[in-house]
Amino acid sequence: MNVFEIVGPVMVGPSSSHTAGACRIGQVCRKLMSERVVDAKILFYGSFLATGKGHGTDRAIIAGLMGLAVDDQRIPSSFDLAREEGLQYEFGSVDLGENAHPNSVKLILTGESGRKLEIVAASIGGGQIRICEIDGLTANFSGDYPTLIVHNLDQPGHVAEVTSMLQHKAVNIASMQLYRSSRGGSAVMVLECDQEVPEESVDWLRHLEGVEKVTYYSLKG
Amino acid sequence: MYDSLAAVVKESKKSGAKFWQVIQEDDCREEAIDRQKSFGRMRAMYEAMRDSVNNYDPTLHSASGLVGTDAAKLEKYYNEGKMMADDFVGRVMIRALRVAESNACMKRIVAAPTAGSCGVLPSVLITMQEERKLSDEQMIEALYVAAGIGGVISKRASLSGAEGGCQAEIGSASAMAAGALVSLMGGSAEQIANAAAIALKSLLGLACDPVAGLVEVPCVKRNVIGSVNAVTAADMAMAGIKSRIPPDEVIDAMRSIGHGMSTSIRETGTGGLAATPTGVKIREKVTKW
Repeated sequence: MNVFEIVGPVMVGPSSSHTAGACRIGQVCRKLMSERVVDAKILFYGSFLATGKGHGTDRAIIAGLMGLAVDDQRIPSSFDLAREEGLQYEFGSVDLGENAHPNSVKLILTGESGRKLEIVAASIGGGQIRICEIDGLTANFSGDYPTLIVHNLDQPGHVAEVTSMLQHKAVNIASMQLYRSSRGGSAVMVLECDQEVPEESVDWLRHLEGVEKVTYYSLKG
Repeated sequence: MYDSLAAVVKESKKSGAKFWQVIQEDDCREEAIDRQKSFGRMRAMYEAMRDSVNNYDPTLHSASGLVGTDAAKLEKYYNEGKMMADDFVGRVMIRALRVAESNACMKRIVAAPTAGSCGVLPSVLITMQEERKLSDEQMIEALYVAAGIGGVISKRASLSGAEGGCQAEIGSASAMAAGALVSLMGGSAEQIANAAAIALKSLLGLACDPVAGLVEVPCVKRNVIGSVNAVTAADMAMAGIKSRIPPDEVIDAMRSIGHGMSTSIRETGTGGLAATPTGVKIREKVTKW
């Protein structure tokens, strides 16, 4: 928390969680896609589904997917912008289960190269968000920091490999989470960092034995 | 970020720094930014607040149709010289409605502390600046005071209606605005803390029961009471009146009241005004996709 989270943010209303947070989810998804989104299926859950219409959650999430900031006055007319820029969208509902945050959404996105991406995200209050899942795998990060998500086999040494690489590149870890499905099963580590991780280091991780998937979320571009 | 108003007051007494300086100093250290940069960012917040007051569009309605045009009605009434409240309070009321209605109509506002309570701080600050011919710098300093109070509330209790009910949103905004007003009146750190406590005490227990779950009814008009309540609390504190319950304990009471509230009156749109026959009818009409 800092003073500008108390007095601020500057945003288009009416709701920090249902409007600004929804826009932020769109923005982070756009960055994760790292190419222009041409098709978006947006499935709402819980309070997003119940009150999203009146809060402009639909328009805000489309605005975010097109890279508009949370204080961009064009948010209310984002559907027109989407049509102009060739972004197809449809809205629906989904049951994400009772453990899901009440303000949750699932996005099924297609990029201009045909790349598919499936994301579950939640707006957790005050415009803050969590990306909960990427392509069905646990992610759990805020989008406020450069974030490294490593899915690997649950065996000794992978945390050390990742953290020593970060040390070598002078990247400081802001937060770190570890999960596993079962002993020796699949595991995931989510590291939010204070600096960007060099692209070649992310690639290096991808080639390590026992590492199944590496996703990197950069704040750049 | 400080977790008690007593600690801010103590630091202010010890170092001789003003309340706003204690807050700014602490935030700059925590966020590793220099004071000038921080002040510039806060200036942008104040300018956005001013814009949110000025950019009111009296023809707009919210998506649900429940909200819009009320600030214009109040302004007309004020201009006809009919208002019972004095001139200062009248202008505060109009501005609170302007900003809160703009929010519901998807215009740009400053969440302070939340979007639902965005009318409170701008309404009292802009009117105070106009009334007393204060500089922008003084207003920006007052915003640090507001942020410091909101920060303590967020640490000890909550700023979210879903967690603490409306007392956590309008109540907190009112406490922040009361402290900011006292700082502009030249009050001490202790008086600032007392004004915040008096403002918050008066709104303890306020339910978050928005019709159809939207930030419209009763949220828009509650911004008016949050603003006017801030003015009365600040005047009491400036007169030397103290909160008999220490400010931090008032905030703790807000937390425990919030925890005791049924979820039906914590932003779920299922209890209170939302559950009235009229509220239910409106819900059925406006929540269809």
